[in-house]
Amino acid sequence: MASSAAAGKATGASTRSAGADAPVQYNEEVIRVLIIAAVFWGLAAFLVGVIIALQLAFPQLNLGLEYTSFGRLRPVHTSGAIFGFGGNVLLATSFHVVQRTCKTNLFGGNELGLFVAFGYQLFLVMAALGYVLGVTQGREYAEPEWYVDLWLTIVWVAYLVVYAGTIFKRREPHIYVANWFYLAFIVTVAMLHIVNNLAVPVSFASVKSYSLFAGVQDALTQWWYGHNAVGFFLTAGFLGIMYYYIPKQANRPVYSYRLSIIHFWSLIFLYIWAGPHHLHYTAMPDRAQTLGMTFSVMLWMPSWGGMINGIMTLSGAWDKLRTDPVLRFLVTSVAFYGMSTFEGPVMSVKPVNALSHYTDWTIGHVHSGALGWVAFVSFGAIYFLVPHLWKRERLYSLKLVSYHFWISTIGIVLYITAMWISGIMQGLMWRSYDELGFLQYSFVETVEAMHPFYVIRALGGVLFLLGAFIMVYNLVRTVRGDVVAETRPEPAAAASPAE
Amino acid sequence: MKWHRHLETNLTLMTVAVLITVAIGGIVEIVPLYTIESTIEKVKGVRPYSPLELAGRNIYIREGCYVCHSQQVRPFRDETERYGHYSLAAESMYDHPFQWGSKRTGPDLARVGGKYSNEWQTVHLEDPRSVVPESIMPAYPFLSEHLLDDSDIADHLKANRAVGVPYSDEQIEQAAADLRAQADPDADHDGLLARYPKAAVGDLDGQPDRLTEMDALVAYLQILGRMVDFADYSTEDLQQ
Repeated sequence: MASSAAAGKATGASTRSAGADAPVQYNEEVIRVLIIAAVFWGLAAFLVGVIIALQLAFPQLNLGLEYTSFGRLRPVHTSGAIFGFGGNVLLATSFHVVQRTCKTNLFGGNELGLFVAFGYQLFLVMAALGYVLGVTQGREYAEPEWYVDLWLTIVWVAYLVVYAGTIFKRREPHIYVANWFYLAFIVTVAMLHIVNNLAVPVSFASVKSYSLFAGVQDALTQWWYGHNAVGFFLTAGFLGIMYYYIPKQANRPVYSYRLSIIHFWSLIFLYIWAGPHHLHYTAMPDRAQTLGMTFSVMLWMPSWGGMINGIMTLSGAWDKLRTDPVLRFLVTSVAFYGMSTFEGPVMSVKPVNALSHYTDWTIGHVHSGALGWVAFVSFGAIYFLVPHLWKRERLYSLKLVSYHFWISTIGIVLYITAMWISGIMQGLMWRSYDELGFLQYSFVETVEAMHPFYVIRALGGVLFLLGAFIMVYNLVRTVRGDVVAETRPEPAAAASPAE
Repeated sequence: MKWHRHLETNLTLMTVAVLITVAIGGIVEIVPLYTIESTIEKVKGVRPYSPLELAGRNIYIREGCYVCHSQQVRPFRDETERYGHYSLAAESMYDHPFQWGSKRTGPDLARVGGKYSNEWQTVHLEDPRSVVPESIMPAYPFLSEHLLDDSDIADHLKANRAVGVPYSDEQIEQAAADLRAQADPDADHDGLLARYPKAAVGDLDGQPDRLTEMDALVAYLQILGRMVDFADYSTEDLQQ
């Protein structure tokens, strides 16, 4: 029966190396390497984010140097956050989840795992160095040039081999739901990466290449890639995190097995169609725009199905939110996921998009997803993993986790509200007419009007960065084996949960 | 949900099912763009970039201009009044990659060509706030200092031809000479302008004796949006 399978599955996820067989020697060194890398890239990406946010408020900070201008640093920020921070978190958690839920160690052992881990860091370093030096394909989120793309392809194939190989030799009959999402993420990203980066290099000695596609075809291919970098890199992969770490941290089974099946297949089927909503009212045929809009709106349903499945996993354990700041990170991330997956379909509706597109509203939307969902679920997983991987009894300080949570949350709220106001204001100013029928504002007047919101946004970013530094301090002390004596009113206060 | 057991107990089946599920959307949406002839309007005037424009376009890409400037005018009253005729697919048919952009921190540039003088473009790029005090654009003084690296320009044209841009043998042969001629006020521009009509020629960066990256970028900016003469077409002509 479905329900018993669900229960069986969830306990499968929540028992450790137990089982009838001999205990498994899990490969954890590679996960430790990847967690350190994730934290490093996270700090770097948040820091560069703050710098470029300040550049928009105070343009003198571009310094007039080629290596420090906004146009070159912005891809360092986006790639650093998505592929550096997000990517390393995905690699780390997928290697952890796949071993635990398959009750076996990594296929290819420590060696192949470490090749993937360090190969991926080499990809990131080559990409980031390229941006600063001006080596870029000029396509958003697919900026790395052909030689970097080729190297990533090799690393990614090795990743798929390790991951699928581990599932293949599993000692559990069923493949746990988190692994479906990780698998879809790995397979789909491979497809997107290869097709979107088809290009002809000027020569083998040249770093420069020309995309195989041009104009409107290039645009749609790129946003098919770009939107599904969101859909599969930043969503499917992180849903894998949700489906393992929330049940683990809450010590509850996943809310509904049936819902997770519907969530999974409908999400991966619908997401891939949504790319054209990045190209509304452009020279791309209306047919594709309408398809993109329709599927984006439909995508709301599986997204919220997933959110419900994640949040309702806390059924009967709501009181833990009061006492466990790590769980608070995880659950709040799912709430942010619900918020931005509602906002996204709204923005994909053409008349709304006519206002929102090209403005900061888009930037705010991206960050409610990237900071609220991706980063928060990652922080939750990192706080879960570090004591576990370094064999510490618990985190150094839960109070610091709580500070991190609140400071980051305030940062996000400042960020996204500033961008809502700035974006909607700019969109309205662009289209406003005076009583004589002339455009009311010159472009630069709209730029001037955004200044206060750019300052507020930068402040939000500073708070988010500050929160991350608190996390790093907490993690370093945890690894060193320190435990702070905290007088927490926790279990006593939560003696009888209201619900 | 018994049927799902087969999928979740068989890795190969699951992987194949995932691959099929995620392939459908892209195939249905993207493939027709290559096969339906009406995707790109039939208009006169769109030509491959001149060697100097292409070099300038590569600087535009290198500096990440696309992260703040779109090149795509939408068919709205305010946009066509602010920027000019809405963009056609044909106008970027030789753009590898496209540079439509996704954000307007600065204004759209699809039709910036000819709107400002070469001198204004150069001064503005070197120090934006000297001409637009409220501007938040980074300053690019180094573009006027760096000499343009044009050593492999013919290879760039060849790579473009390999991905479908119809550069002729003559254009590739003349690439290096055309590139230098375009920014040289004393050169004979007849051959260049026959090969690349409407190209901005002459002293582009205020330094007639040096071929700089600024020359290339200004040449590129000055051709943007000027290839199609919209006086020749009515809205009905452009509807597909």
